[in-house]
Amino acid sequence: MTSGATAPTPAERLRVRFTVNDRPVEHEIEARRSLADFLRDDLALTGTHVGCEHGVCGACTVLVDGRSARSCLLLAVQLDGARVTTIEGLTPAAGLSPLQEAFRTCHAMQCGFCTPGMIVASTELLATTPAPDEAAIRDALAGNLCMCTGYVNIVRAVAQAAARRADAPVRP
Amino acid sequence: MKPAPFRYARPATAAEAVTLLASARGDAKLLAGGQSLMPLLNMRLVRPTVLVDLNGARELERIDAAPDGGLVLGALVRHADLAAAPIVRARAPLLAAAARHVGHTAIRNRGTLGGSLAHADPAAELPAALLALDATLGLLGPRGMRRVGADEFFRGLLATALAEDELLAEITVPVAPAGWGFAEIARRPGDFALAGVAASLDGRGHARVVGFGVADRPVRLRAAEAAVAAAPRDAGTPARAGAAAAADCDPATDVHASAEYRRHLATVLAEDAVGQALARLAP
Repeated sequence: MTSGATAPTPAERLRVRFTVNDRPVEHEIEARRSLADFLRDDLALTGTHVGCEHGVCGACTVLVDGRSARSCLLLAVQLDGARVTTIEGLTPAAGLSPLQEAFRTCHAMQCGFCTPGMIVASTELLATTPAPDEAAIRDALAGNLCMCTGYVNIVRAVAQAAARRADAPVRP
Repeated sequence: MKPAPFRYARPATAAEAVTLLASARGDAKLLAGGQSLMPLLNMRLVRPTVLVDLNGARELERIDAAPDGGLVLGALVRHADLAAAPIVRARAPLLAAAARHVGHTAIRNRGTLGGSLAHADPAAELPAALLALDATLGLLGPRGMRRVGADEFFRGLLATALAEDELLAEITVPVAPAGWGFAEIARRPGDFALAGVAASLDGRGHARVVGFGVADRPVRLRAAEAAVAAAPRDAGTPARAGAAAAADCDPATDVHASAEYRRHLATVLAEDAVGQALARLAP
């Protein structure tokens, strides 16, 4: 596994084309760059938060072709041809989405670090399960850690958004 | 935590990936879903010179009916698809149930069947389910495909029968008997199990009962299987299988649970899984 060569492996760069929040992106990207770092540092989409960088905390969750994924566990160069949606893409030009509004109404955040990942994961849940019960909501959010809230208000917010059936539709 | 630099290759076929592996002479890693490998890269616990991304090899995504009534699955089948595919639920419901227990939604969306098997974490669900189902694994190397039974594939902690110039290409699941059960205990949903048991039996004495998280690899609980074989449909069979389960366990003690507690869990979970399997058999 460890390279026996003494010369360092050159930093390879590849040209990649994909869409982020419906905008076409074409970049030359170093092969080892994570999607999370690419979104934040190259595209300035800093709503995607980087917590643990090994797939445990869920803060960096984005949608890839409509399905949630840890952006710290994807290389940006793997995304060639894919459709990526971040928290910025789930936010209306003005105001808040119904899910975001429910998070505010229910005080479903304190420091807010986990919130983008929570919203992305909840978006996928509501796109596939329009009327989830509490167990389904907790199951869907089990991969997103929050150190502040104790989760109660987050679960309430998702339930409220579902009850109002007002979730902004996301293409599956 | 960023990976060390590597060269990135995205072959379009499994055969091309094998060629790349051969030319890297053991200094390459195969990337499938990345849910285990990417953390290892980020922490620099592995530093390959070449990363071979299998995701362009669409042939590895197959979920096909086998003529005998079983399944042929490509190594790139995602856990979420394994859990949802009607043909998997119909022909190997134990496998679909096991897939629902792997990680969280975002992990199941990316993680792959082949990746889970090749990584061979001893607490992983899918290796245990495929061992219970007596699956055969197709390993593609420079000299073609060789087939290895699940009983021979798992060699120890994160160790398998795969040679460094081979990739796990496909998994063949034979016709599964009607009786199946799956039970695990994890501290939180989505965590690796502290212990678990997968059972597959036909009600006439054939039984494969497999423990995971209870040894350095998924293990056949042969004393429990013998208890089922001795009295295939008896109401007391699950309890006797459970009582026999610990005999084949060799669990580790770690921060999550003691070896003794894991042995106890194996007893409880084997009774549960065998009980589920008997209940699913037609009367």
